[in-house]
Amino acid sequence: MTNEHLIRDLVKKHGRSRVALLPILQGVVDANNFISDSDMVEIAKELDLSAAQVFGTATFYSFLSTEPLGKYVIRVCKTITCDMHGKKQIVQTIEEMLKVKVGETTPNKKFSLLETNCLGWCHEGPAMLINEKPFTGLTPERVHDIISEYISKS
Amino acid sequence: MSESKLKRVDLIFGEYSNTKYKVLADTLKRRNEDILEDLMESGLKGRGGAGFPTAMKWKLAADAPSDTKYVICNADEGEPGTFKDREILSRVPRKVFSGMAICGKVIGAQKGYIYLRSEYKFLLPELTRELEMFHEHIGKMGFDFPIEIKLGSGAYICGEESALFESMEGFRGEPRNKPPYPTTHGFMGKPTVINNVETFVNVVMIMRLGPVQFKLLGTTDSRGSKVFSVSGDTPIPGIYELELGMPLDRFVEEFGDGDTKAVQVGGASGFCVPRKKFKDTIIGFEGVPTGGSMMLFNSSRSMYNVLHNYLDFFEEESCGQCTPCRVGCQQLRKGIVAVKKGDKKAGYLDQLLKLSESMKITAKCGLGQSVANSFSSIVNNFKEEMIY
Repeated sequence: MTNEHLIRDLVKKHGRSRVALLPILQGVVDANNFISDSDMVEIAKELDLSAAQVFGTATFYSFLSTEPLGKYVIRVCKTITCDMHGKKQIVQTIEEMLKVKVGETTPNKKFSLLETNCLGWCHEGPAMLINEKPFTGLTPERVHDIISEYISKS
Repeated sequence: MSESKLKRVDLIFGEYSNTKYKVLADTLKRRNEDILEDLMESGLKGRGGAGFPTAMKWKLAADAPSDTKYVICNADEGEPGTFKDREILSRVPRKVFSGMAICGKVIGAQKGYIYLRSEYKFLLPELTRELEMFHEHIGKMGFDFPIEIKLGSGAYICGEESALFESMEGFRGEPRNKPPYPTTHGFMGKPTVINNVETFVNVVMIMRLGPVQFKLLGTTDSRGSKVFSVSGDTPIPGIYELELGMPLDRFVEEFGDGDTKAVQVGGASGFCVPRKKFKDTIIGFEGVPTGGSMMLFNSSRSMYNVLHNYLDFFEEESCGQCTPCRVGCQQLRKGIVAVKKGDKKAGYLDQLLKLSESMKITAKCGLGQSVANSFSSIVNNFKEEMIY
């Protein structure tokens, strides 16, 4: 589906009022993992807003990326209790496996590695999300297994 | 050890009527005034952390003249160290929906929303299924109250009620000026009751048990029980429902690892209590309030690192709209780094403390105002760790 079709479908589903803007942006991210400049212009046209207004909303939220991200977005929690319980080793393990640094995407566009604020799993840290799926109680060994499994996914 | 055990409570996750919606059906038959009177009598205060009396909030919204009103459940749980709302939503969602519907009846709202943080998006399929069943049940009771789930997109500030409305309306999550308050000008400018997930469950339990029994728990200023999220240096991290008004030393005795140096009560925006003050600190609205976050630190932890981590958090999560918070958070972080490196003298910490006090007075919303809580309580109690 082209992005224009995607946006038109989302508009059909959520409507053209301002309250529809966030669900539409979320819908684009669900499909493509990021919102491109042309997506924002298209959404602005559909909702009769200025592109600046759409850009303003989109860039406010950390889960609405306006830069291309990989198919699997890994978000490792960096807040205090996860940090205390070994977040650094988790990040290091992933960096070594995927050969990227935090904030980067693999050349094959399959993985992006990010750090994020409190995920709400402080009692089972360190924790991370891969797309929307949480993984908790991480150890370097466990995260190695999890990432290996994702690497072998098509 | 067994003698000193804190009393466990089982209101929130208890079985009562979670399966049959009996409490809801019974309550929907009652008069609104009677429901409000029970809530007033129970002394219930909001469980998100701020502790506004629930009955008063509902009464204000009920009295606001408008044909359109809303009930919103704030499930944008983002305070570091808090994870109780996720647990409540995944284990007893029906109690949450029931509490929202009771609120809808009392204030005359036509619709409810749950604002769910995107980090908990994985709960969506199960919650949607539960909601379908709920709508079916409530339809049979002859009460129409649709509830819709709105997702956040990764912004801590959207847990602030007016920022949450902005977000739901499709804008940047920037807090509004108050007054006017949500009870008259909330979502879409209409009278709105916005409560924490746990508060709605408490309402249901008060309806089931009656205010008298609810009041048996806790203290005069902090009625009832509270779900605590316990994490950090503890052998038994997790979710615990305990009576409000407990002394912190007993909490540490039970949850600490024998070497607890400090407890952060109420998350990054809460207060850090050092060991020497455990005995005189009460957890509740009369002492140190908390939305549930209890993080323990033992003597192996550097409180400088802890504070640095909090300030990183605030700097990123500040919405940037008002200068005291946007610039203040940056300067506090840069300031402690400079002192630690020796680029600034230790006396610079006093200037930073003054800055945090200014933020408390001048920041627009609770985020910027509360940075001083953790900043001053950590810097004042662990000054050597900030310098050396």
